[in-house]
Amino acid sequence: MQRGLDSETKKQLEEEEKKIINEEHWYLDLPELKEKESFIIEEQSFLLCEDLLYRRMSFRGFNPEVEKLMLQMNAKNKEEDIENETMELDVSDEEMARRYETLVGTIGKKFVKKRGQVNYEEDENGDIKPIKPKKMFLKPQDSNGCHTTWLQRCLVKVGGLFWSSSCWCL
Amino acid sequence: MAEAVPVAAESFAGCRARAARTVLGQVVLPGDELLLPEQEDPEGPGGAGERPLRLNPGTRTRVRVVCGPGLRRCGNRLLVTKCGRLRHKESGSGGGVYWVDSQQKRYVPVKGDHVIGIVTAKSGDIFKVDVGGSEPASLSYLAFEGATKRNRPNVQVGDLIYGQFVVANKDMEPEMVCIDSCGRANGMGVIGQDGLLFKVTLGLIRKLLAPDCEIIQEVGKLYPLEIVFGMNGRIWVKAKTIQQTLILANILEACEHMTTDQRKQIFSRLAET
Repeated sequence: MQRGLDSETKKQLEEEEKKIINEEHWYLDLPELKEKESFIIEEQSFLLCEDLLYRRMSFRGFNPEVEKLMLQMNAKNKEEDIENETMELDVSDEEMARRYETLVGTIGKKFVKKRGQVNYEEDENGDIKPIKPKKMFLKPQDSNGCHTTWLQRCLVKVGGLFWSSSCWCL
Repeated sequence: MAEAVPVAAESFAGCRARAARTVLGQVVLPGDELLLPEQEDPEGPGGAGERPLRLNPGTRTRVRVVCGPGLRRCGNRLLVTKCGRLRHKESGSGGGVYWVDSQQKRYVPVKGDHVIGIVTAKSGDIFKVDVGGSEPASLSYLAFEGATKRNRPNVQVGDLIYGQFVVANKDMEPEMVCIDSCGRANGMGVIGQDGLLFKVTLGLIRKLLAPDCEIIQEVGKLYPLEIVFGMNGRIWVKAKTIQQTLILANILEACEHMTTDQRKQIFSRLAET
């Protein structure tokens, strides 16, 4: 009786000890981290503040290279935000669509494996649909007048599917 | 230039923080403390009554504010480090940019600035370039357009270099390059032969480079010429003859303290000759 109680209390004590150790182990004694993010950004350059012009200039054709560069850079600064919105289109959406319409089939073929190759056909709506090859029983060809190969292997291609059939001739 | 600068008397007191909004365009002095709109003290003078009623005042809108040259962030406070007028620019998102428009002659290298430097030494792979700062900047021989280990750029001591800072802070030697991030020169590199280099104040450079600056447009009509502006206060000009170059240099130097009428008078006189 005494021993049983002892073992129980021993266990309890051990558990408590473990708990304390665990807590000590997994607790970081650090001050609470506060939000330190600042909403003020330091920037020592005037470039960001004032919209300055391009710093190389040439006038009246003195240095055509610089003159070109200057126009380009100054225009870029001015129209940077405008240009983003109204980007000039070289090819209109419609033209693009029309062009790709014809390409769908040709490019599509490229990605279809030989085995799964199917013919495409346009139905009355202009949609492109693959024709499903009709599966049917292939009657082994009878050899009327056939030469005397007793095992003939022939490949019959129907609708892109290869069927290998062997026929027995006697 | 003619307009009177309203010096805020209370700014001499120094210790009192003022709302940045109220001192826009006014003179601020080093040591002044500014309050951003969202920091404005609700118990401040006159603040309590005038403030508009806000829905859920507990949540503050955290907008990012950029403090430009002349201002310094110190913890959550915004301090002035140069004297000049306080400027503000709205930007698309956030609280915009605040900076101090100051007059100074001493250039302090800033990352990203385009400057004109003079090559003072050539040591191995690195050129030393005098840019007018406290320390000469270093410039690698590979930092030119089209330069490779085999194909060295032709740079001699005494050449003028137009370049950009990639490293510039108070603890390190400034470093220049003559290419942009794409590896193109974009006008940077060795500035051609002849021409005249002279120094002006940093404020004048910014004034001349402002998009609506009439001086440059008028100058451009006078003669065929080429100008390079360095943010370090150096201007390089070149015209067809030495006389024209000298005239241009003098005009650009003098126009800092001229009124519009005076300037127009001089330009019309020059156009006649």
